[in-house]
Amino acid sequence: MKIKVFSYSSLDSLIHKMSGLSKLICFLLLTTAIMATYDIRIIIGIMIFSYAMMKISQIRFSQIKMMLIYVGIFLVFNFILTFLFAPKYGVEIYGTEHVLVNVLGNYDITVEQLFYQITKTAKYLSVIPLGIIFILTTNPSEFASSLNKIGVSYRICISLSLTLRYFPDVASDYNTISLAQQARGLDMSKKAKTSERIKNVAAILVPLIMTTMDRIDIISNAMDLRGFGKHNKRTWYAAKPLRKVDYIGILICLLIFLLTLWVRFFINKSIYYNPFI
Amino acid sequence: MNDVLIEFRDYSFQYFEQSQPTLKNINLKIKKGEKVLILGPSGSGKSTLGNCINGLIPFAHKGKIDGKLFVDGIENKNSSLFELSNHVGTVLQDSDGQFIGLSVGEDIAFALENDMVEQSLMHERVQKIANIVDMGQLLNQNPHDLSGGQKQRVSLAGVMVDDVDILLFDEPLANLDPKTGKIAIELIDSISKNDKTVIIIEHRLEDVLHKKVDRIVVMNDGSIVMDDTPDNVLSSDILHKYGIREPLYLTAAKYAKIDIVPELKPAYLETFNVELCKDKIRSWYESNHVREQKENNSPLLEIKNISFSYDGKRPILQNVNAIINEGEMVSIVGKNGAGKTTLSSILCGFIKPDEGTILMEGKDLSQYSISERAEYIGIVMQNPNQMISKTMIFDEVAFGLRIRNVDEDEIKEKVHAVLKICGLYEFRNWPISALSFGQKKRVTIASILVLNPKILILDEPTAGQDFFHYSEIMEFLRKLNENGQTILLITHDMHLMLEYTNRAIVICDGKKLADKKSYEVLCDLDLTEKANLKETSLFDLALKAGIDDPLSFVECFIHYDRRVRSNEN
Repeated sequence: MKIKVFSYSSLDSLIHKMSGLSKLICFLLLTTAIMATYDIRIIIGIMIFSYAMMKISQIRFSQIKMMLIYVGIFLVFNFILTFLFAPKYGVEIYGTEHVLVNVLGNYDITVEQLFYQITKTAKYLSVIPLGIIFILTTNPSEFASSLNKIGVSYRICISLSLTLRYFPDVASDYNTISLAQQARGLDMSKKAKTSERIKNVAAILVPLIMTTMDRIDIISNAMDLRGFGKHNKRTWYAAKPLRKVDYIGILICLLIFLLTLWVRFFINKSIYYNPFI
Repeated sequence: MNDVLIEFRDYSFQYFEQSQPTLKNINLKIKKGEKVLILGPSGSGKSTLGNCINGLIPFAHKGKIDGKLFVDGIENKNSSLFELSNHVGTVLQDSDGQFIGLSVGEDIAFALENDMVEQSLMHERVQKIANIVDMGQLLNQNPHDLSGGQKQRVSLAGVMVDDVDILLFDEPLANLDPKTGKIAIELIDSISKNDKTVIIIEHRLEDVLHKKVDRIVVMNDGSIVMDDTPDNVLSSDILHKYGIREPLYLTAAKYAKIDIVPELKPAYLETFNVELCKDKIRSWYESNHVREQKENNSPLLEIKNISFSYDGKRPILQNVNAIINEGEMVSIVGKNGAGKTTLSSILCGFIKPDEGTILMEGKDLSQYSISERAEYIGIVMQNPNQMISKTMIFDEVAFGLRIRNVDEDEIKEKVHAVLKICGLYEFRNWPISALSFGQKKRVTIASILVLNPKILILDEPTAGQDFFHYSEIMEFLRKLNENGQTILLITHDMHLMLEYTNRAIVICDGKKLADKKSYEVLCDLDLTEKANLKETSLFDLALKAGIDDPLSFVECFIHYDRRVRSNEN
């Protein structure tokens, strides 16, 4: 059984029609924009934009369910830990202090802290869909051809696309091996001690590396036999020329990016947006 | 038509990392348009010979060459892998592993991409070649979603797109179910009629001989031991001598004391002149046929109404019921993707069925975790590399016991006992990397046996093995079974099922199609067709010889054959 949960699937949406190269540029522009700001208005704006894009690209919830669960757990932990380790960080940033509730001793829940943490969570929540869109809508080979077009060596491009392509296979290998080892009694659950579990992971990794090496061996022979590396250049069956939708997409993302920078340098004059003053 | 296309002249090859030459003084000529089978046990050098022709040797695998090799007029060692790839197209054995492209079209185009063919021209050529192999409609499919036969077509198109004259098939039948294998051989045959020179490297002789070949080259230990017409090769004692399985109908004919001579045209069942030896076959049948004795019927494992689906829509298993009795050795057969592996995953508790229960000695196993189930059901994976995680044999076998915190003295005792059963005791302090594939397989079996499971499940225990190693593994399993071990085999090897298991459970499209004697399954045309199996040639032989009850003839053969084999061992 092939696990198709988190890999490229070919659909006919606007986003799928874009070339891998322009999607990469858009992805980089938007993530840089988010990294460059703590202004919740902008972040929410980008978030709405990226969820709209996800809708357009016809990604189904079932495809990303597992991923979202992990992200959810991570965000909850992150939220709690940020509060535990730096409960006054929001106060420090915004320079005011509005206490809502006193939890315990030094631990006050302040509006500033809440605002800071919500902003931070929103940042994660707007980046993640962008990454998901990129991975799920980009044909690895087509992406490789675009990378090659902007000057990256085709050997690197091919190995990148093969990695993306074989990732689901290696993941299912990992799954099979892990189950087989568990059937021999390997305890991978939380019941085992950490030191035990590290040792146990080795019992899965060794066979995984062996089988992956086998795979690499076969594929590299197959590639050699069909003339891979014959010339300094190669052509691409899956290459897609840049079209109107690509230019429009890049333009939109560039505008968002510039808007973010403008807000940061000329409106907020700081990475943070401060509603408290 | 008589031009020599490939010529080996006193050719020897030795890998740098090996102390002995792999090919010794090879002299061989292959003419344009010929269809040649290169036959030999594992390690005979047949794959190495193929790699010399396609240029992997010496350009990807280095070594020392003596003598000369010409391919299409080019001397191999002065050429390059790229130049040779314009003359020789190679289809590797594992078609799954060799797909580079994400879609059928892209995969076919790979060689053209490397040749810097312009995109629009490339699309045109790909379409044309795909039409030839009947895949023109499926260019946008992911190769991994295709059926086994379609995958073969894509691999073939991928090498034909270069317009090569020589097509080399390295074990094309490995990993294919019997019917798909038959289709593959037919496909190769039809291609060879287009003025291509075809070289097939295989050890599954009977399957290749489904269609005619011009010549068989038999290899053993790095040398060519015979190079003759199929009829002459099959009439000689060379197959038996070098551990290659002859077609079953010939084994039967030999049991009937028929002297196999070229005049009988023994190479293909269609040409085999049964008329001349009918009487001997019939009299052998009359004197040997016996009724089967009663078998044991105390259920050990009960599979009850198992249904399963990954997405809640497309059922993988539907209401499957079966009983495995204590001390039995049973096969589960069916085409690739029929649900066999899913069933074994359910038995081991890797996945939970949507419905139904698994009872072991009447106990419901659903509450047991994977590792707790291991005490009842042990599974041995197809590829030993998927299981081996230790360097030393002893440690690998002891692994499961150590996890269970068994006392080290007891571990030693148990591991030694199991290693003795598995014939690995002398090697106990060896590193696993020094073992052959068959021995590694035995290590993985030992590492499961040591946990003393009530049922041992093996997934394709003999996949990719030649006859010698096949017999070695299977005879070992039979001895285990005779000592009371219940064994369940998941396989699509018809020989295995016929020769070693009395009963077979046939699964097709998630449903149980049949549960009966193995020879009955392989004599049921309708059933074999549905489950991608192939009826046994014994059945056809019996028909040809005019035996009224061919089923009973096959049964008679199986019993006789088992007696012969256990006397040999």
